[in-house]
Amino acid sequence: MSLKDKVAVVGVGCSKFGENWNRSEEDMIVDATYEAYRDAGIDEPLKQIDAVYCGSLYSKNGPVEVSEALKLYKPMTAVQNYCATGTEAFRAASMAIAAGVYETVLVVGYDKPKDRGVSGPSVNIRDVRDLPATPAGWFAICAKPYFEKYGAGREQLAKIAVKNHYNGTLSPNSFLKKAITVDDVLNARMISWPFGLYDCAAQTDGCAVTIVTRADKARQFRDDPVYVKAVASGCAPNPNTDPDFDFCRWRATENAAAEAYRMAGISNPGQDIHVAQVHDCFTLTELLSYEDLGFIDKGSAKEYIDSGYFELDGELPVNTDGGLKAFGHPTGASGVRMIVENVLQLQNRAGKRKPKRQPTMALSHNIGGFPTGSAVAILGIEKGS
Amino acid sequence: MSTGIESFGAYIPITRLPHSVIAKKGVKAGGSEKAVAWADEDAITMAVAAGANCLRDLDRSQIDILIFASTSFSFAEKQGASIVAKALDLGTNIKTVDIGGSLRAGTLALQQAIDSVLAGSARKVLVLAADCRMAPPHSSLETNLGDGAAAFLVGSDSVIAELQHSASHANDMMDIWRRQGDTFVHSWEDRFVNLHGFQETAQAAIASLFEQTGSTAADYTRVCLYAPDARNHAGLAKSMGFATEQLQNPLFGQLGNTGTAFAPMQLIAALQQAAQDDSILVVNYGDGADAISFKVLAPATAYLPVRRGVDFHLKRRRIIDSYDKYLSARNLTPSEYPELDDQGISATVQFRNRDENLSLQGQVCNHCGTHQFPKGRVCVRCGTRDHWSAVTYAGMGARVLTYTFDAFYPSPEPPTVATLVEVTLADGSVGPRIHMQFADATASDMRTGLEVEFTLRVIHRAGKRPNYFWKCLPIGETA
Repeated sequence: MSLKDKVAVVGVGCSKFGENWNRSEEDMIVDATYEAYRDAGIDEPLKQIDAVYCGSLYSKNGPVEVSEALKLYKPMTAVQNYCATGTEAFRAASMAIAAGVYETVLVVGYDKPKDRGVSGPSVNIRDVRDLPATPAGWFAICAKPYFEKYGAGREQLAKIAVKNHYNGTLSPNSFLKKAITVDDVLNARMISWPFGLYDCAAQTDGCAVTIVTRADKARQFRDDPVYVKAVASGCAPNPNTDPDFDFCRWRATENAAAEAYRMAGISNPGQDIHVAQVHDCFTLTELLSYEDLGFIDKGSAKEYIDSGYFELDGELPVNTDGGLKAFGHPTGASGVRMIVENVLQLQNRAGKRKPKRQPTMALSHNIGGFPTGSAVAILGIEKGS
Repeated sequence: MSTGIESFGAYIPITRLPHSVIAKKGVKAGGSEKAVAWADEDAITMAVAAGANCLRDLDRSQIDILIFASTSFSFAEKQGASIVAKALDLGTNIKTVDIGGSLRAGTLALQQAIDSVLAGSARKVLVLAADCRMAPPHSSLETNLGDGAAAFLVGSDSVIAELQHSASHANDMMDIWRRQGDTFVHSWEDRFVNLHGFQETAQAAIASLFEQTGSTAADYTRVCLYAPDARNHAGLAKSMGFATEQLQNPLFGQLGNTGTAFAPMQLIAALQQAAQDDSILVVNYGDGADAISFKVLAPATAYLPVRRGVDFHLKRRRIIDSYDKYLSARNLTPSEYPELDDQGISATVQFRNRDENLSLQGQVCNHCGTHQFPKGRVCVRCGTRDHWSAVTYAGMGARVLTYTFDAFYPSPEPPTVATLVEVTLADGSVGPRIHMQFADATASDMRTGLEVEFTLRVIHRAGKRPNYFWKCLPIGETA
């Protein structure tokens, strides 16, 4: 069973990400969706769109916000999986098309956490004992064992932050457009050891949209459609209660990646993936994901980071648009925003963010929960036979 | 067969507020101080800690009654003893009793316990006294009050101290009180209160005991006197003819007046030093006075493994260097944010999770032997469904696997140390992994592999209620 080459992306749109105090959900949804309509050459959405898949974690009124904003009388499906929500909405839409239920589907990922009135992440309290830490606190749990086992440290994390901040300066829709240094990162105030301020993604509002259709109809929309090679999801029980968990890997990502590579027919991801957008809610999340996604061997991230391997002009550029670090993390939007960037990269529309070789295969990855859910999407510019 | 105290345990919070810090003069070496329950502690958590110390290595199955004495229960309506009984894993076939209202509640509870065992209505009774009283900032009460807890196991088996005689003297006056809804303790003018309240009433109870037994001040090896402060302690001792060397050190300036636990803690300190045939007099005050005499049947070490009494806790100190941190820990700091008015944790969720939350109970898979916390239906390792045996981990040790210092988690003294620990079972094998916070921890204490034990604390106050869960802290020396 595979999604490979059955579905194509024919339009993308992305709102400005940031503290959008004077912009509503409606504003962001309309901005991103109409950009995607234009991108796909859609001028009669009521006729050309069959259904909407919506990913939002903090929606005030549920998916009706999308119907209301776009004045669309269309079937609507809401998808949630923590911070993997965006990619999961894209996966559900792709499956609906592959199943032959719909032909052209709008995928809207958005969130507006800045209306909640909290600065930074709120403490999560559901049961008395749940998660005795903040999001930074529960992702940081892996740092000490990984550092002790493999020798990486705060400096490698800092280099990831520096890279993503730099890439963010080249992205029109990013929130943070400020280049920083390793010293800036190391000297910033601590959030949850080893994470200082710059090791953490900001919290922002944003919306990203893709329009997906049947692969065999894609050229009716544009000449350079991007084909879905795989979308896979990996969910897992809480790793912190797993007696075999070694704190150096997240099985949800490993499983999602294995499934995606099988689907896409990729046997050597380090070679076959040319550009990647990797979940970087915290710098350590990106570091572990290099390895969990199979780009490099487990434990080798330190030397690759030090050599600049994942930088924009490196062998395998990661988070070419600046990632969650520079865009912030409006939860439902992030996965879709990553797909938008990969589409632009594959279509050679990324401007100053163009890597040294033109990519033909791109991967995006979300991870959510503590962490318990992961989703991976692989896109290619060439349609397989 | 004798009836009396079989075991004891104390608890004093590790945090100490120097009086010089209250006066905003900084920390002065060797100066006076008081013990303060920190933000994650209250009368209930302290009672659990003292109770665990008292019951360490002892059989809990014969405890038929738990009596909890306090004037600072966490809830006005909802029992404290029921929470403590669950946290101490005393089972459900137990009568749980709160005794409150009076500072004398600790010795009243102890006498009730002895009466119950004598009457044959209980095999053993656990008596707990704990207080965490709030004094108005910068009042004289603030320097005098301290926080702490005491526990006694009462029974008729291996009795170390037998109650011999007691005399009570009832007295009603408006000397010290806290109205329904008040945060702080109030008192009338000191000179009136101490003369006509404390001194006269305590003297009357002691005189009554002397008369009843034909004894005199010199007949007692050790004398434990409640007193509101050091001056009144000395005054009462002098008026009744007790010599300085008879007096148990009341620890003013080290611990402070710990309310219902104050006289019981002195009794614990006395028992730890006592020799066979010593006679101990305990005098307690609060809406009347009690004078109780105990005969020591055996030194504590005759029957008991090492107890954590008063001395153990006096040696463990963490100095609070900022009065603002203290105010924040007591939730007395105004905030620019509106107070959360949430419903808190669902009572039904709390009900379903009471074994995990209060007893630190998880389970072991009967098929593959994997331990799991929290409980679940399906084994995380072998996938077997519904084939479990419950295990209570609260009394066990654990090992730190990893940790972080979370500066965002709300705390009077960030960062909060969050860890994953792996329980070490009694046979040394590996138990479940539990994600929990460290209590009383500083960054320099932390390392992977650190051995810890568990302590019940207030993990947060969602719904403006204390929500209890276990935290871990480094294993102390068992001296």
